Amino acid sequence: MDIFGSFALLLALLAAVYAFIGGIAGIVTRRASLTKSARNAGMAVFGLVTLAVASLEYFFFTDNFSMAYVAEHSNHALPLFYKFAALWSGQEGSLLFWSWLLSIYAFSALFLNRKKSPELMPFVGVILAGVQTFFLILNNFVATPFAVLASANSSGVFHLARLSEGNGLNPLLQYPEMVIHPPMLYLGYTGFTIPFAFGLAALLGRYPGEKWIHITRRWTMVAWCFQSIGIMLGAHWAYAVLGWGGYWSWDPVENASLLPWITGTAFLHSVMMQEKRGMMKVWNIWLVFVTFMLSILGTLLTRSGVISSVHAFAQSGIGTWFVSFLGIILAVCFWAWWQNRDYLRSDNQLDSLVSRESSFLFNNLVLLAACFAVLWGTLFPVLSEWFTRSKISVGPPFFNKVNVPIALFLLLLTGVGPLLAWRKTSFDALRRNFAWPLAGGVISGAIAFASGFREVYALICLILSVFVALTIFAEFFRGARVIAARDHTNILSAVGDLTMRNTRRYGGYVVHFGMVLVFIGIAGSAFNKDVQMDMAPGQSLAIGPYTILCQNFDQVANDNYQSERATLEVFRNGHSEMMLYPQRRFYLSSQVTETMVAVQSSALRDLYVVYAGRNPDTQKPVIHAYLNPLVKWIWFGGIVVVLGTILAMLPNRRAALVLKPVRDPAWVGGGAAAAPSGVAIPRVESHD
Amino acid sequence: MKARTKFLVGSGIIVATLCLLAYVGFTQSKTYYHTISELPTLQAAALHQRMRVSGNVRAGSISHRDGGVDFVLEEQNKTLPVRYVGRDPLPDTFKDGAQALVEGNLTGDGSFQAEQVQAKCASKYQASPTGAAGAAQPGQTMNAAGTANKS
Repeated sequence: MDIFGSFALLLALLAAVYAFIGGIAGIVTRRASLTKSARNAGMAVFGLVTLAVASLEYFFFTDNFSMAYVAEHSNHALPLFYKFAALWSGQEGSLLFWSWLLSIYAFSALFLNRKKSPELMPFVGVILAGVQTFFLILNNFVATPFAVLASANSSGVFHLARLSEGNGLNPLLQYPEMVIHPPMLYLGYTGFTIPFAFGLAALLGRYPGEKWIHITRRWTMVAWCFQSIGIMLGAHWAYAVLGWGGYWSWDPVENASLLPWITGTAFLHSVMMQEKRGMMKVWNIWLVFVTFMLSILGTLLTRSGVISSVHAFAQSGIGTWFVSFLGIILAVCFWAWWQNRDYLRSDNQLDSLVSRESSFLFNNLVLLAACFAVLWGTLFPVLSEWFTRSKISVGPPFFNKVNVPIALFLLLLTGVGPLLAWRKTSFDALRRNFAWPLAGGVISGAIAFASGFREVYALICLILSVFVALTIFAEFFRGARVIAARDHTNILSAVGDLTMRNTRRYGGYVVHFGMVLVFIGIAGSAFNKDVQMDMAPGQSLAIGPYTILCQNFDQVANDNYQSERATLEVFRNGHSEMMLYPQRRFYLSSQVTETMVAVQSSALRDLYVVYAGRNPDTQKPVIHAYLNPLVKWIWFGGIVVVLGTILAMLPNRRAALVLKPVRDPAWVGGGAAAAPSGVAIPRVESHD
Repeated sequence: MKARTKFLVGSGIIVATLCLLAYVGFTQSKTYYHTISELPTLQAAALHQRMRVSGNVRAGSISHRDGGVDFVLEEQNKTLPVRYVGRDPLPDTFKDGAQALVEGNLTGDGSFQAEQVQAKCASKYQASPTGAAGAAQPGQTMNAAGTANKS
């Protein structure tokens, strides 16, 4: 069976190489049959890599410990669920997993577009095959997951060795979310390959028109959606499992996942400038390129251990391969752009500073600044070692100093941008759209200040959040009121109707609203508290409104782990509210101890309790309690962001009948200025 | 003023502010990596920087005393006495022979005062087949047993 798997991988590489070379030959010779066979080879890669993945999963499920990868990452007692997930728990398997997800994307892109865009698709196929070839070379020759354990006997003849038991899965990964988090993040990373392929293909083929930009935008949204889910799950996993009370520590691997997400976000916004006004073409194509390169860089940082991190379990020479690959991509992109730079000439100029265009420009400027700062801070140990010979790392203060103001500025733009008109916005329109939301924000800020809030950033965040949320509600309300009046329906069904007529726009608002919730949750961290104490049964500690009484310490055991457990009763105002059971688990097969955090979560605050070990001097158990306000808003906001993205990807429902002209003076008149709120009802956009 | 010029001026202000913030954050949080053998060669000014030093925990050197933990890090026969004064309990992976990364400052007497300690278990993948030497199976392209014997 190991031969079967590695043979499938080898064939997959051959198919990818054929799709690459045959595809180029097809473009050069203009022979349709050649192009078609190259495309079929590209699609066949998917089937072959699938066989290899199935073969490796088979070894996990049958506990075949003669396979090095299985022996290293699994054991008999491991639950089936985790045996399945063990596929991506190490270097070789996760690279195979990368290739597999990429092959799924590539297959989908080639299959869905097989009868469309005959001038564009051959280029797309070649680029996808090129990227696949690189990863399949790694799978076949650099990090093969199908290595077997073998040993030589006295006469020097090798025979297969089989371990009686495997090393077991890293306990940090034995958590339900860890089964979903890596696939989501990888679907994000690999997903950015498709927009890259379409963007580069359009440039190389000088594809006429803007259709490619619609395709690229769609696929970017798919990848962005998965990347968002992956980042959120990663943050939640860090919060729920690592036991340090936080969800984001500016760890290199966290940063790596953020980078393509930031540039992807920038692209999803600035692409509208190209669709509506024919501007920023060079910028957009480079955003697509850079996003892809950053996702490759992210894979490099995760996989190579170039920068030490809690995640960088992989120390290997694979970095050189990735750096070379990045160099090749950069060279190809630069060459393609230089050759075809006249193709990207802008159609329009910026007309006014108070316009939609300008808000997008500022949005992109600060997103790129954030991306650059995060990249710089992450790579600083490597860069400083190259240039000054001393290795210097920067910590969270660096990242927070730069990114918090950027984030707040972006939050402001989230409220302002969508309501500004294209080209130029009049003062009247500004007043009409922003007076009430702004008043709402300022009033809530004043109330917070009066009740004793003094954290500047948290206060600004609150004002902006209320402002943005109100602008979004106002947008839905304005549109829905008209539909409700016309169709004599209630306002809620009118909101649904409105949303489905322009999913992209109203889905976008939902995403913005989700981000507002995330921001509120993050701002809550300004008010975090924590208390650490050695506790014996009968002792108690006080944190915020809670008193935690230690009742007992005991031990629990099963086949997989032994656990020390604290039984804590939580009181509030003298009433018993709940029991918490933080644990420390010792996993038998991997001989590793892990913390199991006990969290009591409510909309207002999380009570997060960690059994931190025993005090070596007193042998008393140490309990570390955190009170983290509003954390739940982050997870809930993340869900809203994802739902909004899915909504924005749905096709628009066409209006069934021709609309009467609208006579509501509130948003008719004012010419172009009223456009953002007014013309939404009839279907004005006709993309995709 | 043209819109383009205004935009450029606005961008300039934003970028300048961010650079300033980045610089402040950088000076507040920069941490130097040094190896134990480098420490005696450092200039006087460099001795007061915040730094990270890594090494292996010498077997038997861990001793708990009120308010702190003393241990000795070693790397290529060079040693560094460390006193941990942080508040959090030490990680479970911190034991004799573990690879540890300490963050803090050098003190006047040449020992190290650590506020943070990270540790990686030194012998995570010790299990290996009896007598396994490691070789590739015919038809395999990669070294095989090496992966399981990694320590």
